[in-house]
Amino acid sequence: MIKKLSMILVLLGTVGLAQAEGVRSLRGHIDLQDESRAPEPKQFAKDGEPIARDYVQQPPLIPHKIKGYRIDRNSNKCLSCHSWKHYREAGATKISQTHFEDRNKNVLANVSARRYFCTQCHVPQAGARPLVENTFKPVQAIAGE
Amino acid sequence: MTDNYSNRCKGFICGLWSVLRRPSVKYSLGTLLVVGFVSGIIFWGGFNTAMEMTNNEEFCISCHEMNDNVFQEYKNTIHYSNRTGVRATCPDCHVPKEWVHKVVRKIQATNELYHKVMGTIDTREKFLAHRLELARHVWKAMKNTDSRECRNCHNYEYMDFAEQGRRAVSQHSKGLEEGKTCIDCHKGIAHELPDMREVDPTAVIGTN
Ligand code: HEC
Ligand code: HEC
Ligand code: HEC
Ligand code: HEC
Ligand code: HEC
Ligand code: HEC
Repeated sequence: MIKKLSMILVLLGTVGLAQAEGVRSLRGHIDLQDESRAPEPKQFAKDGEPIARDYVQQPPLIPHKIKGYRIDRNSNKCLSCHSWKHYREAGATKISQTHFEDRNKNVLANVSARRYFCTQCHVPQAGARPLVENTFKPVQAIAGE
Repeated sequence: MTDNYSNRCKGFICGLWSVLRRPSVKYSLGTLLVVGFVSGIIFWGGFNTAMEMTNNEEFCISCHEMNDNVFQEYKNTIHYSNRTGVRATCPDCHVPKEWVHKVVRKIQATNELYHKVMGTIDTREKFLAHRLELARHVWKAMKNTDSRECRNCHNYEYMDFAEQGRRAVSQHSKGLEEGKTCIDCHKGIAHELPDMREVDPTAVIGTN
């Protein structure tokens, strides 16, 4: 009983502290009852060359527009250019071997279900400033510095 | 001869017929020509008006088969809403502009009336089951005409490659020279695609 009570006290204390310091949302401060303003929509970058990777295992960023590209049960627009059948004609990078493995490392004949929804991992780019200053640097093995 | 005929037949139709058969005495050739000309215009105009009335989006989506499926999907695409506000409507892509081709398409469209009555695609499920077949009809038609309807608005000659994206430029200059046409590369531009596993198995989940 005492243990539980002290836990609750500690919890309340923490919440109180946090409030005293003022938790600030990265999106700016808006009172709960007020309606927040939608941020300006970002313009996606035009088609460009492939973007340099920062580490080997990184899902490469998408260097082109993808507006209107549907991915559903019936078909996947990305694969109409990135599949092994089409990549040469489309001038695109082909999906790598890892995209043909299921989670038990079984190798499949066609793209695996866990790699079907490309935009889970691959994202197009917009000129957005980082929300938090950071010192992230590409690994030396790729950047060569 | 004439007398015999009118003696045998007395009804209104026959009377009219005999008048029509009789060489004109009362009316000059000029009058006849004018009357013929005017009624020609009225008939012709009526015909063309009927064609125009059936050549707009409201008419197409007056059938729920068209409204509930393809129209709803098309509302999310670039041909419905875009930066410049220029729209492509159903007939822009599906009905030829030139008169002769248009009449041919309108006659083909009577097939749609038949299937409307038969209820071939009157539910979403039935529509999806038929979708590949319908899409194939459209692809074939566009292939045969070298995507004529697309070219009514998009003219390759006037495409400014400096303004186009990197992928578009390289594919357009290469593909169009190889004899490809718009629909070869731009399927699914205005509607969701049917199940594509027969058309392109490499682009569908769960195929081998
Ligand atoms: C019309 C063909 C086409 C479609 C559709 C397409 N891509 Fe691409 N993609 C390309 C081409 C071509 C490149 C190479 C860029 C270049 O060299 O211009 C590329 C590059 C990429 C890259 C970078 C590869 C690298 O080596 O860095 C990724 C990631 C990518 N695409 C993902 C996608 C995803 C995800 C989709 C679907 C949402 C998609 N693409 C749809 C043609 C296409
Ligand atoms: C679960 C996350 C994930 C999904 C989903 C996914 N990828 Fe990837 N992709 C990666 C990662 C990680 C890499 C880099 C390492 C590798 O090749 O596995 C990669 C690499 C790539 C490359 C570059 C291959 C190379 O040889 O350099 C292409 C192109 C690509 N993916 C396209 C796609 C397409 C198209 C889809 C959808 C069909 C897709 N990816 C789905 C994670 C993913
Ligand atoms: C009377 C209701 C009705 C109207 C109005 C109608 N459609 Fe359809 N449409 C149908 C039906 C039903 C089908 C399915 C035909 C089939 O099963 O072969 C169809 C099929 C189609 C197809 C598939 C083509 C094919 O050859 O199989 C296209 C494209 C199409 N309609 C476009 C249009 C356009 C454009 C308009 C307006 C000018 C329009 N429809 C007006 C009922 C209608
Ligand atoms: C009534 C005129 C018209 C017709 C017909 C037409 N289009 Fe378009 N198309 C447009 C307009 C307008 C745009 C949007 C231009 C913009 O604002 O960027 C567009 C955009 C496009 C785009 C660019 C898509 C994107 O995401 O940037 C493609 C691809 C395209 N059309 C292909 C086609 C094909 C294929 C056909 C034939 C099946 C066709 N169009 C028929 C007017 C038309
Ligand atoms: C060999 C394949 C191919 C053919 C044939 C082709 N296109 Fe394209 N087109 C592309 C690719 C790839 C893109 C860029 C990727 C995208 O928009 O999905 C593109 C982009 C476009 C765009 C948008 C341009 C931009 O930079 O935003 C329009 C408009 C267009 N095509 C119209 C047409 C028309 C009209 C035809 C027929 C005269 C045609 N295309 C034939 C492959 C093709
Ligand atoms: C930009 C050109 C364009 C416009 C606008 C357009 N369509 Fe289509 N339509 C196509 C193409 C191309 C196909 C062939 C299938 C595909 O690639 O998606 C098609 C296919 C169809 C089909 C066959 C079923 C299917 O989904 O494949 C029907 C029905 C149809 N269209 C009706 C309509 C109606 C109704 C409208 C107006 C609400 C309309 N279309 C507007 C280009 C267009």
